[in-house]
Amino acid sequence: MTFHDIFSQYHWDEVKASIYQKTDRDVEHALRKTGKRDLEDFKALISPAAARYLEPMAQLSHQLTQKRFGKTIQMYLPMYLSNECQNICTYCGFSLDNPLRRVTLTDGQIVREVEVIKALGYDHILLVTGEANKTVGVDYFKNALKLIKPHFSHISMEVQPLDQPDYEALIPMGLNTVLVYQETYHQEDYKKHHPKGKKSNFKYRIETPDRLGKAGIHKIGLGVLIGLEDWRTDCFFTALHLNYLERVYWQTKYSISFPRLRPFSGGLPPKVEMNDRELVQAICAYRIFDEEVELSLSTRETEKFRNHVIPLGITSISAGSKTNPGGYAVEPQSLEQFEISDERTPNEIAQIIRAKGYEPVWKDWDGVYS
Amino acid sequence: MEDKLTIADKTFSSRLFTGTGKFSSSQLMGEALLESGSELVTVALKRVDVQNDQDDILAHLNHEQFHLLPNTSGARNAEEAVLAAQLAREALKTNWLKLEIHPDPKYLMPDPIETLKAAKQLVKLGFVVLPYIHADPVLCKRLEEVGTAAVMPLGAPIGSNKGLKTKDFIEIIVEQSNVPVVVDAGIGAPSDAAKAMEMGVDAVLVNTAIAVSPNPVAMGKAFKMAVEAGRMAFQAKLAQASTEANASSPLTAFLFEDEA
Repeated sequence: MTFHDIFSQYHWDEVKASIYQKTDRDVEHALRKTGKRDLEDFKALISPAAARYLEPMAQLSHQLTQKRFGKTIQMYLPMYLSNECQNICTYCGFSLDNPLRRVTLTDGQIVREVEVIKALGYDHILLVTGEANKTVGVDYFKNALKLIKPHFSHISMEVQPLDQPDYEALIPMGLNTVLVYQETYHQEDYKKHHPKGKKSNFKYRIETPDRLGKAGIHKIGLGVLIGLEDWRTDCFFTALHLNYLERVYWQTKYSISFPRLRPFSGGLPPKVEMNDRELVQAICAYRIFDEEVELSLSTRETEKFRNHVIPLGITSISAGSKTNPGGYAVEPQSLEQFEISDERTPNEIAQIIRAKGYEPVWKDWDGVYS
Repeated sequence: MEDKLTIADKTFSSRLFTGTGKFSSSQLMGEALLESGSELVTVALKRVDVQNDQDDILAHLNHEQFHLLPNTSGARNAEEAVLAAQLAREALKTNWLKLEIHPDPKYLMPDPIETLKAAKQLVKLGFVVLPYIHADPVLCKRLEEVGTAAVMPLGAPIGSNKGLKTKDFIEIIVEQSNVPVVVDAGIGAPSDAAKAMEMGVDAVLVNTAIAVSPNPVAMGKAFKMAVEAGRMAFQAKLAQASTEANASSPLTAFLFEDEA
C-alpha cells in the first residue's frame, strides 16, 4: 500500500466543497479543542470561515511553536547544482522549452560555491537541480555528496524523484532530507502543468515520499506550489499526505513549505492568487493541526512579510538565496529559476531574527547521525 | 548536615539539572541557568560546533558553576548514540553522558531496547551514563544492572509541559532504585518540580519551561526555589493526606461496648 491508495478514495470537488461549507462553529471547535486536531478540524482552519479567526489562530500557532521549537529559527541555504531539465513545467524557469543557457556545476565549481556558502555561516544546505537523469543522475549526486558532506552538518536535496534503491545508496553518503513537492494534488491540472518528461507521471511523484520512507530517510519535505489550483484543497491533501506518512513512516521527520508561484522570464501568471492573510492562515492551520511538523519559508516572500511571520509558526528560513547554479561564486549573473523577493544577506536576516527575540540556529544536526 | 547529591564522581548542591535548548539567545541561557543554581547542564552534541572553540553555546556555559552533560539527541539507535558519545567525550572533555535515543521524531519517545544496548556498551567504555527513558520500573532495574550512574524517567513527553503524568510509575522507580532517580522531561511548572521532589526523586531536569518562559531568568530562580522546597518537604516527611476526622467507629465500636 502507498499513499496513492488513500488518495484514490478522495474526490477533489467533494473535498473542496466540504472545506467551503465549514462554519464559524467548526472553526471555534477546532480552536477550542484540547487534544489533537483531526483532518476535519484542519479543513475548518483553512476554510474561508476561519479568515475571521486569524488573530486567535496566530496566537495559538505562536504558542504551540514556541513550546515545541523554542525561541529559535533554523537557517538553511539552497545551492543550485544544475538547471538542466528534460521536463516541461509551465511555471518553471528551468522548463525544457525555456531558452536558457544550461549549466551543471563541475567538481571545482561545487568546491568554490561551498567555500562561499560556508563563509556566510551556513551549516545546513539544500541541494537543488532540475531533472536530467543522464547528466545529473544518481552518480552525479553521489559525487556531489562526497564533495559537500565534509563541510555541512545537514544536507537536504530537492531534485527529481528517485527509486528506493537510489535513496538507499545516497543516505549513507550523507543525505539527510529530501524535499519533494507534489506541486498540485489536482490530477488533471497536474497533467496540464507537466505535459512532458518523467515528471508528468503523477503516480510516481505522489508515491515518492513512500519510497523515501521505506529507504529510511531522516526527513521528508512536503508542499504544493501555491497558485496552480485552489490552495485550500491542495493544503488539505498535503495534510492528508502528512498524516498518512507520520503513521506509516514513524521514524521520519516531516517539514512543509508554502512556495507561492513567483514570476520568471517567460512564465505564466498564477491561476489562483493567495494573499498574505491567506498564507498566514495556512501556516497557522498546519501548526495547529500538527504541533511537531517543521514549517519552512523561502526568500520567495517579501521582506515585510518574512519579518512578521517569524514568530507565527515558521521554524526554518533561508536568507541570501541564489536560485541559479553557480549563483554564489561561479556565475552570479546567470538566469535564476525564479525571482526572489527578499535579497537581504544572511547576516541582516539573523539580526532581524534576534530583534524578534529569537535565536538564529546555524547547526542543529551532526554528521555522526544518519 | 548539608544535603548533597552524589552521582558517580561528582557531588551536587543543586538538585535542579537544566537543558540548554530553545532559549532566545545563548547569553540569556547563561544568565537563566546561573540564576537557577543548576550545576549540571545538558548540551546536545548536534547543536555545538565542536571544531569551533568560539562556539556560542559553550562560551556561555564556560563557568565554574556548570558541569557539562553532553547528550545524544538525534541518535536513532545504539550505534549512532555510541559514536556520538565518543565524539562528545573527546570534544567536551567529559565522560558524563545523557543517553537519549529516540527513533520517533514526533514525540521523541525513548527507545528502551536500543537504550539498554547502548548503555551496556557505554558503561564498558568508561562513560558515566544517565539514560533518558520511559517511566518503566523494570527497564530502570535493567539499566542499573548494566551500570548506569542514574536513571532518568520522563514525567511526560519532552517539551510537553504536561507535568508528572507518570507519577504512579515514578513512585515505584523511587521505591526500587539503588541509583539516583532524575525526572527528566515534561516538567512544566515549578509546582511539578516540587511535587517530584516531594515524592523523593533525587533531582529533576528542566529545559522548555525555563527557556520558553517570557522571563527565563526569573523562571530559573522559581525552579531553584521549588526544587529546594520540595526536597526539604520530602526530608521533613510530608504529612499524609487524611480523610476527615470521624468520631464514630462503625467497624470497631463493638470492641468497646462492654466499657460503656
